[in-house]
Amino acid sequence: MKRIAKIYVPHIPTILLTGGLIVIQALLQLELPKFMAQIIDQGIITGNLSLIYGTGATMLLLSFLVCLAAVLVSYLGARISSRSAATLRSSIFDQVTRFGNAEIEHFGPSSLITRATNDVLQIQNTSLMLLRMGFFAPAMGIGALVMAIRTNRDLTWTIAVALAALLVLILVSVFLSLPRFRILQKLMDRLNLIVNERLSGLLVIRAFHRESSEEKRFDNANLDLMKTNLFVSRLMSFLMPGMTLIMSYGSLLVVWAGAALIQQDRLAIGDMMAFIQYAMHVVMSFLFLTMFFIMLPRAMVSAQRVQEVLSMEPRISEICAEEQRNLPLNTAGEVVFDKVCFRYPDAEEDVLHHISFRAKPGTWTAIVGGTGSGKSTLINLLPRFYDVTQGSISIDGVNIRELCHENLRNLMGYVPQKGVLFSGTIQSNLTFANPELEEESLIQALKLSQAYDFVQEKPEGLATSISQGGTNVSGGQRQRLSIARALAKKAPIYIFDDSFSALDFQTEADLRKAMLKALCDKTIFVVAQRISTVKDAQQIIVLDEGKVVGIGTHSQLIATCPVYRELAASQLQLSPKGDEDYGRT
Amino acid sequence: MAGPKIRPGRGPGSGGPAAAMMPGEKPKNFHSTLRTLGRYLKPYRCKLIVASIAALLSVAFSVVSPWILGMATDVVADSLLTDSPLDFNRLGQFMGFLLLLYGLSTLFSTWLGFLMAGVAQRISYQLRKELSEKLNRLPLSYFDHRTHGEILSRITNDVDTVNTTLNQTLSQIVTNGITILGVFALMVIISPLMTLIALMTIPLSLWVIRQIVGKSQKHFKDNQRFLGEVNGHIEEMFSGHIIVKAFNGEKQSKDTFEKWNQQLARAGEKSQFLSGTMMPLINMIGNLGFVLVCVAGGALALQGRITIGSIQAFIQYIRTFNHPIAQLANVANVLQSTAAAAERIFEVLNEKEEAPDPTEDSPIQPKQVRGEITFDHVSFHYPTQEEPPQPLIKDFHFVAKPGQRVAIVGPTGAGKTTIVKLLLRFYELTGGRILVDGVDITTLPKKELRSIFSMVLQDNWLFSGTVQENIGYGCANPSPQAIEEAARQAHIHHFIKTQPSGYEMVIQEEAGNLSQGQKQLLTLARAFLADAPVLILDEATSSVDTRTEAQIQKAMAQLMEGRTSFIIAHRLSTIMDADVILVMKDGDVIEKGTHQELLAQGGFYKTLYESQYE
Repeated sequence: MKRIAKIYVPHIPTILLTGGLIVIQALLQLELPKFMAQIIDQGIITGNLSLIYGTGATMLLLSFLVCLAAVLVSYLGARISSRSAATLRSSIFDQVTRFGNAEIEHFGPSSLITRATNDVLQIQNTSLMLLRMGFFAPAMGIGALVMAIRTNRDLTWTIAVALAALLVLILVSVFLSLPRFRILQKLMDRLNLIVNERLSGLLVIRAFHRESSEEKRFDNANLDLMKTNLFVSRLMSFLMPGMTLIMSYGSLLVVWAGAALIQQDRLAIGDMMAFIQYAMHVVMSFLFLTMFFIMLPRAMVSAQRVQEVLSMEPRISEICAEEQRNLPLNTAGEVVFDKVCFRYPDAEEDVLHHISFRAKPGTWTAIVGGTGSGKSTLINLLPRFYDVTQGSISIDGVNIRELCHENLRNLMGYVPQKGVLFSGTIQSNLTFANPELEEESLIQALKLSQAYDFVQEKPEGLATSISQGGTNVSGGQRQRLSIARALAKKAPIYIFDDSFSALDFQTEADLRKAMLKALCDKTIFVVAQRISTVKDAQQIIVLDEGKVVGIGTHSQLIATCPVYRELAASQLQLSPKGDEDYGRT
Repeated sequence: MAGPKIRPGRGPGSGGPAAAMMPGEKPKNFHSTLRTLGRYLKPYRCKLIVASIAALLSVAFSVVSPWILGMATDVVADSLLTDSPLDFNRLGQFMGFLLLLYGLSTLFSTWLGFLMAGVAQRISYQLRKELSEKLNRLPLSYFDHRTHGEILSRITNDVDTVNTTLNQTLSQIVTNGITILGVFALMVIISPLMTLIALMTIPLSLWVIRQIVGKSQKHFKDNQRFLGEVNGHIEEMFSGHIIVKAFNGEKQSKDTFEKWNQQLARAGEKSQFLSGTMMPLINMIGNLGFVLVCVAGGALALQGRITIGSIQAFIQYIRTFNHPIAQLANVANVLQSTAAAAERIFEVLNEKEEAPDPTEDSPIQPKQVRGEITFDHVSFHYPTQEEPPQPLIKDFHFVAKPGQRVAIVGPTGAGKTTIVKLLLRFYELTGGRILVDGVDITTLPKKELRSIFSMVLQDNWLFSGTVQENIGYGCANPSPQAIEEAARQAHIHHFIKTQPSGYEMVIQEEAGNLSQGQKQLLTLARAFLADAPVLILDEATSSVDTRTEAQIQKAMAQLMEGRTSFIIAHRLSTIMDADVILVMKDGDVIEKGTHQELLAQGGFYKTLYESQYE
């Protein structure tokens, strides 16, 4: 828990101050019954009205001080809790930003999101309670016990009895309910799962008219949930009355034993009433302490999950050192892959085997192959989302490992397979890499990516808002905006990872034509499924199961590479001679 | 895809006074929602009456006890004041009586809890069940505009909220209400004067509560808002981390994050501070009342107008007075949130359902269908509020002969998948008819209609059951041999046999333990087994390796043998083998014919075909 503990370190003085105030608050509160006893014993019974007034005033002063302390505690506690939570969130955010693909895949994006949001919230909520209980319960409990003993030693055994009874009650409840709480969580998850499946498989369920069996599946889970919930609820419904009963019987015990003592003149009646108050406080403190120990594990689970994120060191350092080189942004952009091998962290086998090729500026290099052949993996090595495990990748003679990562990524425009847009405006998305870009260059990029028309049609143009995940534009439009974002960057290298799949043939053709003209001096990488996309590339690299099985132009590969022919055959018609036949009649 | 929806922390002990102070969501129609909720409570009338009695008794017993305890104390005090020996017998009587009272109070309290738990859980079960059944009767168009999360949240979160209220809040309202009334009555019985003095602090308490709740609402709202922003930003940046990296957007991302984070911290600080001041202030006012009672009591006792025991009782009563008031102050909020949740649930339950099935016997038997499908001037638009509605299909007219292979091609958004959905009557036509073997599909019960078709979609839907269950999904009681035969035909039998439990292997959630190709083959096996006369195939196989692709191709070709097949085609080889190609654009069939015929026509098809080679 070291990283998390570190976040609380600067708050230690405040924590101690708060703790001190809580202790003072508890002790002051304990004084109150004494005054009450005084009023009754020395005021009412002896008929001393002025004492009653005096003691009453002192009591008021005391309770005012208690209130003051409590308010201060609330203020300081809120400060600690909010600020440490903010720091925690910041730390996690910074850490995950530094993560490379390897680390993100290790946890999974959803899990990271949950840890940064839900778990932090859980820690925040419980830490405040823990702070309060952690100081208050012992202070109150011990203080009240001392006071009780001081008031009358002979009655102390009643407290022990009450505590013992309470302990038994709590242990039994916990023993019976804890396993069921865990089951409850699983049942909720199962219910969620079933509903999600029914929703995602709506068409299939109806097409196969399985509605009633799905209802039955849900009903079973529903019934299980109800039964477990019922048991737990009923158990809990006994807890509160049970505790009240213990405290009530405890008071009776005190009165009974106390009466005898009063008879023997060993106890004043006011003291007996005060004793009851103290006994209540001891029992309540015990209760708070138990709650503390019950809440702690839950907070610990969240803390553990956050700690895992904070303590993971990313494999690829995303910090630019002084010695690292920088290539100028107008560098030529020749890319060389030299005997590159790659395997995922913790994998047993290589996914890419000895890949070598050279991509010159002003050329299109296409990478094709079936799924699982390693195309995307290969191209993701260039922006250094992963590091090669053998071999090297260099740009204009400089190994990319020597480059500062910021510089490396400035050298390339990257378009992923699925168009990813962020919430904001079209403009904010396009200028994501460089907020200083002028509208002129944005419009140029939009025209190039065939997106200008539909942006023009929107009433607010560039200022049109984009919702989270870009869901308020169609898939094809998202794709084109993604492409525009990369094109706006004006880098020497462009990477299109199957970026045209959401576009129909016509749009894609127009796009390629436009890009061929505008990007004629850049180094372009295109990963694709459609042969039509790559036919015109100066260099096509054919991958099969992570190995290069052919490099060449389209016509060369048709003649020499069986895998390529197979791929093409699925999309083009071959004449009996084996040459391509475009079907033009 | 966005991450999991963040729910406010639940579970025992996570609420407390702070949570209850959060601004409740406002329901749109509070009273009618409560009335509908009341209908669910009606069957439990008797239980609720018994519960109320139990509540009454438990409160009565616990409220009377301090009074009796006071009288017991008086016995002791009397002996002191009059310097006479303590009458242990009398004391014993009181004690015994008290033992009984406390015991009974606990008993009734527990019984109340039992009853309410039973009512609450059963109603929750019923609500969930009704929602689940409703899901099957809602038209597909309902789900088009709603996320899964939304619907799921009604079945889980909203029912949960109603459950908690029924379980705890209702009894709290009743017991607190009765407590306040009872305590008040008893205090008056003991001493009207003291009651007056004690009550002087109540308006002060209420004023304090109102002030704090009022001031903190704004900060709570801000807290929720900024939490939403922070979480939303985290979701986006974490899910799109590749883009952030690729475009060196780290700094921008961080700046945005810090902006929201700091604001969240500030709002959280203020709201927590304010809500944390409520109890101390209430307690201080309580102590004030306590002191007043002591002073006044002392003065009165001196004048012999009140006994010590009564003062003791009063002290206890004054203590028990403040808590119910503080709890009730928050009740309005809780009720509002509950009504809002209930409203969301009833909204779903009141939604318009699909047209019910005709009651006469089905005019055709699914298995004997020849497979002649007629689209008779079909037109369709999604149910929408817009005027005029955008038609998706304008005038689709086509007859598929039995056994024909019909390929449907066209650009994205042309309406291809829509035709399929109309065939299976997932949506109602807005014009024209669809006929199977000359019979209008609206005259068929949906179950019969859908047994005529077998579907293999892009989205391979498998659920968390065994391989056997998944393959057998389309049949009532498939035999293991039939399942194995279907698997063989789909070329997946060998793979299944190599798995640890074979056909008993459980497919995990979202079928993470299978590759795309294997999933597709399983769904193909399912279609084989269903053995329906008409096949619908959505052909995107781009996400598979070449070898599996070849297997799938073989299996698909076999499946299409002798059946009328509608194929949304992406592969040229499929298109060229089709008996008829329907070219769709903007919702209409603009060209029809075989591959050669269409090329000869020199129209849109030719352009589409040739654009692959530009």
